[in-house]
Amino acid sequence: MDAERQKVKSFIDKYNGEKRALIAILQDIQGEFNYLPSESLRLVSEILGIPLIDIISVATFYRSFSLEPRGKHLVTVCLGTACHVRGGPKILEEFERKLNLKAGQTTLDKQFSLETVACLGCCAIGPVVVVDDDYHAQTTIRKVDSILKKYRAKEKKNEENRKN
Amino acid sequence: MKKTEKIKSIEKLYKTIDHHIQKRKSEETPVLTVSAGTCGRARGSMRVIESLEKVIQKENLKDQVRIRVTGCHGFCEAEPNIILQPHNFFYQKVQPKDAKEIISETVLNDKIIERLLYTDPSTETKALNEDEIEFYKKQRRIVLGDNALIDPTEIGDYFSIGGYRSLAKALTEMKPEEIIETIQKSGLRGRGGAGFPTGNKWAFARKAKGDTKYVICNADEGDPGAYMDRSLLEGNPHRVLEGMIIGAYAIGTKEGYIYIRDEYPLALHHITLAIEQAKELGLLGESILGTDFSLDIHIAKGAGAFVCGEETALIASIEGRVGEPRQRPPFPAVKGLWKQPTNINNVETWANIPIILQKGADWFSQIGTNGSKGTKIFSLVGKINNTGLVEVPMGITLREIIFDIGGGIPGGKEFKAVQTGGPSGGCIPKEKLNLPIDYESLTAAGSIMGSGGMIVMDENTCMVDVAKYFLNFLRDESCGKCLSCREGTQRMWEIVKDITEGLGKEGDIELLVTLARAVKDASMCGLGQTAANPVLSTVRYFREEYEAHIKDKKCPAGVCKNLIQYLILEEKCTGCLACLKICSQEAITGELKKVHIINQEKCIKCGACFEACNFDAIIIE
Amino acid sequence: MITLKLNNVDVKAEEGWTLLETAKFYGLEIPTLCYNEGLSVYGGCRLCLVEIGEEPNTKLVSSCTYPAEEGLVVRTGTRRVIETRKMMIELMLSLAPNSKTIQDLASKFGVTQVRFKIRNEECILCGLCVRMCREQMDGRAIGFQNRGHKRKISTPFDMRSEECRLCGGCIYICPACQLRCQGPQPDTDVCNACLTMDPTCLDVYDELQCWMYDAGRCGTCVREEPEIKEASQALGKKK
Repeated sequence: MDAERQKVKSFIDKYNGEKRALIAILQDIQGEFNYLPSESLRLVSEILGIPLIDIISVATFYRSFSLEPRGKHLVTVCLGTACHVRGGPKILEEFERKLNLKAGQTTLDKQFSLETVACLGCCAIGPVVVVDDDYHAQTTIRKVDSILKKYRAKEKKNEENRKN
Repeated sequence: MKKTEKIKSIEKLYKTIDHHIQKRKSEETPVLTVSAGTCGRARGSMRVIESLEKVIQKENLKDQVRIRVTGCHGFCEAEPNIILQPHNFFYQKVQPKDAKEIISETVLNDKIIERLLYTDPSTETKALNEDEIEFYKKQRRIVLGDNALIDPTEIGDYFSIGGYRSLAKALTEMKPEEIIETIQKSGLRGRGGAGFPTGNKWAFARKAKGDTKYVICNADEGDPGAYMDRSLLEGNPHRVLEGMIIGAYAIGTKEGYIYIRDEYPLALHHITLAIEQAKELGLLGESILGTDFSLDIHIAKGAGAFVCGEETALIASIEGRVGEPRQRPPFPAVKGLWKQPTNINNVETWANIPIILQKGADWFSQIGTNGSKGTKIFSLVGKINNTGLVEVPMGITLREIIFDIGGGIPGGKEFKAVQTGGPSGGCIPKEKLNLPIDYESLTAAGSIMGSGGMIVMDENTCMVDVAKYFLNFLRDESCGKCLSCREGTQRMWEIVKDITEGLGKEGDIELLVTLARAVKDASMCGLGQTAANPVLSTVRYFREEYEAHIKDKKCPAGVCKNLIQYLILEEKCTGCLACLKICSQEAITGELKKVHIINQEKCIKCGACFEACNFDAIIIE
Repeated sequence: MITLKLNNVDVKAEEGWTLLETAKFYGLEIPTLCYNEGLSVYGGCRLCLVEIGEEPNTKLVSSCTYPAEEGLVVRTGTRRVIETRKMMIELMLSLAPNSKTIQDLASKFGVTQVRFKIRNEECILCGLCVRMCREQMDGRAIGFQNRGHKRKISTPFDMRSEECRLCGGCIYICPACQLRCQGPQPDTDVCNACLTMDPTCLDVYDELQCWMYDAGRCGTCVREEPEIKEASQALGKKK
């Protein structure tokens, strides 16, 4: 708990505790913990002197932030116009079916979170799906399964390595 | 040149630039220029570069060939592509395994690898270099063209093509008022969408009273389908920077911000590097080049909100607040960031400044039409053969872009409409293909120029579904303050959704149009005011499609799930079991070599079987 | 002093006045909902629209936020203003048909139909409660969250707020809470007549002073006992 508080404090110090850096601070916290823990928001409110409700307004307004923990692997399906016209929604539906959840949710085992994004700027290779930092070009309904398998296998390998 | 040594005078800058130009001219080693913007990388550019480097390392060819990693070249369909200097050979869709051959055959023996050349789909001729490719012929790449020449992470490369010469000219030969006059004379209009005359905007900001003024680069490119700003920031960040520094000097500001989308990590990385390098050399910071002009540029990251592309919402975001637009007047030029006079311009607008100063306002105003000068970069995407970024002079027709440059619709399908201007724009049908592109003509046709997104649609795109798509986008991205925008987009979406699900009724179109007009009139900011455009333009040009959904409960394009069904054609089915295996609902029955049947009750219309069939045996009715 | 044209009459306004203030000064009535003299201006309800500019370049703006400008031509009762205003009222009715304030507006401006699905959300997100809480009562208990169609007003984490002093200011100022209408007939959802003036919400929740429906949950009246205990225990830990 204390280590987390220290981390949050360090982010605030990075910007000299300026109120105007709120969004940048929240971005750092989101990057570190993969979500915005309520504790961290209270701490930011305390130190910056911004009412908690205002911080929540900002945190819920912008899509980059999540008040709930995200899964280990973030699957982002692009639903920009070009990808939509090339069948993006069908890809999203397939992910929803295979992961048994709706966009915006996280799997129970906390492995995958499914999100959509309006446009990544890679329209030439649409439909695009990004998992963590990997861009998958020209996704088809059939590729969805193999994409998920790849990351599940990765996790399994990590598990095994940890056990050994 | 010692990298960390500051350039302390303009004279020294000119010398530095000349030094690099000479160095480039006298470069004799062949250079392999590899396109590695975000989409190039997504297609494997970095692996291609790795393979090339491995070969060079192994065969000890470091002195015989160089690799230059650049940003996006624009012809996204052909990526990863390599241009080999000095011959200027153009290789497309290069894969890592081609590396060895490219080096041994083309670099060392000047032999061309036929299969890597671009082949024109209609004439079947192969092109040796860019000039021979139809995609490039009608373009005029005065802004984007430099992307293919430089490594965006090396300021030296930017010098080698004459970069920062315009800044030197501005600081020595021109007074701030003269610079503003030049931009006014050139006729440059904002490339972010609104098309406000840039020179006038600068003049307002210069005139406004305030002790601290700001310049901002709007890199929040939120229009789905538009990515020219990403390409410019990734591929030529110094050009944008140079434009901003000149603008800051002309307006009289000491601080600037670049507001960039969270979703563009590579662009963010490159512009951050560019600012660092510029600062190191004294092109940014205190007493730039020994003059009394100082400028600091900071980066502010967006956090995932389309509405923050709107000027006042963007300002609110930099100030650490919720991205809610506010009433204008007062305009940002008078009261902007922290209530100080602020000038905000789009990335592409800033990128045009150096070349206007270099070649003159007269030269620039010769390009384009009376009301719209210069070129515009469009992202040509969707159902089009040659996907990519095209830079064309204003006044070129839609037909030329889509068919001559774009190569027409894939699969021999019929062109149906082209959507421009993002969610604020509209769909233009085939009757208007001869429309010359400029700000006014697009607005008259019911759309807008916007940031330049151009999404091509064919006979299999349902226009009602397109309207639903944009309304869904807008109801999510609306900041939510104005009742008209928040509720209006939600209700319009509900009506159109019902129509796509077969629940539409008589009078829905009239209600939609009435509501759309009210949303347009009552909303405070650009998002709400243009939210109705997708609906109004699709109803204007494709009313029959709406009526087919409402009256006949049919979707002519075969898209709206509730109104279509997937059928297997007996005469074409080979009984290969492919569709059966892929169906997640076990809705297909059949045996090997026997005709398969889809159980309509179980079918969820996901389209997997349609995708899987190699015999065109599945149709959508 | 600024000179502008208001409904074809030359009027003078002080520097810094909005069009609404100018109109009020000259006795012109412009309907408002989210505007309150004692609170900061918001401009969200879009009822106070006026048409500015000269043909063909006219546009509608909210008079409560638009500043008086030299030489501006303003018209408060054009066809465009009235048609658009009626649509705003229709949208509000579809959200809060039980609000007498909104039903009265409908009667006054001739809105006789609601062509959208009734949502019964009560909250029209006018923000009066937020501004009341922050500016008049110096509390910071509630605020706007999310954006677009998911926008709502609530306390942090939808839990009982430590900042809330149960002053009741938010209910007092809320146009949907103030006067409850029992009139609307189920088939039209538009009342057009006044049958009762009872504030029914306080009858139902008579001990409690905080009432926010789906629009916000402080945890007092709308949650089950164990959840309230949990929430206050969690709060105790934080302190």
